[in-house]
Parts: sequence; structure tokens; C-alpha cells
Amino acid sequence: MIVHMRALSRLVVVLTATGLATAALAASADDFKAAYARAEAAENQAGALKNQWTTTDTELKAAKKAADVGNFGEAIKHAQEAEALANASIAQAKEQATAWKNAVIR
Amino acid sequence: MRRAILLALALFCLAAPPVSAADSVNPKADFKAFRAYFTKRFPKVPLNDFVNGPYSMNADLRKQWVEIDAFPPYQFALDKGKQMFETPFKNGKAYADCFANKGIGIRQSYPYFDAKSGEVITLDVALNECRQTNGEEPLDYTKDDMAALTAYMAFTSRGKPFDIKIPNDPRALAAYRKGEEYFYTRRGQLNFSCASCHVQSPGDHIRTEVLAPALGIVAALPIYRSEWGGMGTTSRRLITCNSQVRGVPLKPEDELYRDVEYYLSYMSNGLPISGPGARP
Repeated sequence: MIVHMRALSRLVVVLTATGLATAALAASADDFKAAYARAEAAENQAGALKNQWTTTDTELKAAKKAADVGNFGEAIKHAQEAEALANASIAQAKEQATAWKNAVIR
Repeated sequence: MRRAILLALALFCLAAPPVSAADSVNPKADFKAFRAYFTKRFPKVPLNDFVNGPYSMNADLRKQWVEIDAFPPYQFALDKGKQMFETPFKNGKAYADCFANKGIGIRQSYPYFDAKSGEVITLDVALNECRQTNGEEPLDYTKDDMAALTAYMAFTSRGKPFDIKIPNDPRALAAYRKGEEYFYTRRGQLNFSCASCHVQSPGDHIRTEVLAPALGIVAALPIYRSEWGGMGTTSRRLITCNSQVRGVPLKPEDELYRDVEYYLSYMSNGLPISGPGARP
């Protein structure tokens, strides 16, 4: 009876650990998807302004590559970097929409 | 009565939004200011020598160029372009049938504003239109055959002064304005505009390269670039510039690329065609 109890508790521990690990993995994958979607949306906005940066694309590709091998922590970092770069390119385009006039030879 | 008129005038002036020089489109005034900027900044450079780009800025580089030009690296492209130009299409017609003066000595009039399409037409676009009208596939806009054809057409126009017209058509003025805007707009992660290098820094080095002045910069196109190990068109040149500042380039012969070529070519009016050119 005692042996059965021990085996059962071990099984519970293993199942709980496996369950937690799967949940953590699923959460990371979801986090990556959300981070990537935000980056992609920002990049599309930069594209509409005809002002994308090559470095944003590099980070997006790196994010996908890391996610493909299940390294979601790394993938999220790249996606966040891509989003930051895309947002900077959008800010640049908006600022330059009028600032370019100051550079014209008069 | 006089007081009332003056009062009305004053009120009108207050109500009207201020119009600065930066908001108006005045190609003639821009041309004058552009020309004055470069000639005052580089008083020792003869006007027509600006078309030689970095060689007009740096004596050592010029010596190398003179040596290189004894056996010009664009010669193969020139020969190929001549052969292509003279070979009839499958329907028996040829490039000569699509252009004024049978396509010889006409480079200086491109790009032009086409009232029918409402767009700027570059020589490269005109060549592909000619091909497609005659049932041929369009050529790649960046190098190889297109560069060879435009090299030959530029060669037949050497010495002829740029003669770019901006008709009194709001669409033409808008295209000119968009080209000007593109030229002065900072882009890419490095936050450079075309003007950052070619207005602010001609003659300076970026790594080993000597930057060319914007005045006359389109006159030598297409060019053989040692960096590329081959020939490149205007589109290729613009794509390279965008990539170098970490900006995603536009598609070859994108409307904005054509507009900026229109703007720069107008700024070069009166300067001689020198293409095809050779650059480091």
C-alpha cells in the first residue's frame, strides 16, 4: 500500500511538472505570437509610409527563426526589437514629412 | 472709403495663411539657388566638370580615372548595347522606331513628364515600353541589358546639354516636388537623406569613397562601378544608396525614383551628358 502511495505521488509530481512546463511553453508561444503581431503591424505601417528599415526585417526574420526551434524567449526579444525599430522608422517618416523643407537649398 | 479698403486689405492679410518659400513650387528659383550653392562652394571646379562626380572633387582620384578611362570598364556594355539597339525585334521593328531622331543623341531630354499618363517617363521606362509595344518582354531595370542599352544611348548623346522641361501642369509640378522631397528626406536607420551626402558633404570621404556633388550627378548614368563589379542603372544607384543607409529600397523605377531623377536632371539642365561613366 505504501509502495503504491509513493508511486502515485511520484506520478502526480511528474504529471504536475509536465503540465506546468507545457503551460509555460504555450504561454511563451502565445507571447511570441502577440509580440510578433505587434512588430509586424508597426512594420506594415512603416511600409505604408514607404519608410521601412532593413534592420527591422532582419529582426523579424531572427524572431521567426528562434520561434521555429522553440526558443520563444529569444524570439520575443527579436520581435520587440523589430517593433522598436519599426516605430522609430514611423516616427522618422512623420518628422521628415515637414522637416525636409528645412534642408532645401534656398 | 480709402480707410475701409486699407482695413479690408489688412484683415485679408491677417486671415490668409502664411506662404513660405518652402511651401511654394518654383523650379526656376530652385535651379538658380542649387547652381549657386555648388559654384560658390567649389569655385575652382569648372561648371561642366561637375558631371564627373568625385573626379571633379579629388585630384588623386581624377588621375586614377584618367588612367582607367584609357581602357574604359564600360566598353563591353557599350558594345553590347549598340548591338542590342541595332538588332530588330521579332516583329521586324527596332528601338529606333520608338524614339525621336531614331534614338540617337536624345538622352539629354530624359526624363520627361508625359501629359497622357500624368507620370514621369525615364529613358529606361521608355525602352521597356518600346519593347512591350513590340511584343518583347521588359528588361530588368537595374543592370545588364538595360544598363547596356542606356549606356549606348548615353554615349550617342555625350556632350549634349541636359534639357529637362517642367511643363506648366500641376501634375508635372507635383512630380517635381515629390522628387525634391525624396531627395531631401532623411531615411533609413542611419538617418541620411540623399542631400546629406551629395549636398552637405561632396568631396568628403565615406570610408574610401569620395562623395559626388548632386549637381550633375545623373549625367554619367548608367555607370560601371568597381564596387558592383559591373554596370548599373539609375535605379540600381538609388537602391544602393537606400540600402547603404539601412533603408528598404523602393522597387526599380518606382514613381518616387522617377520623380527624384526628374528633379535632379532638371537641376542639371545645361550640363553635358557624360555617360556611361565609371566610378570606384
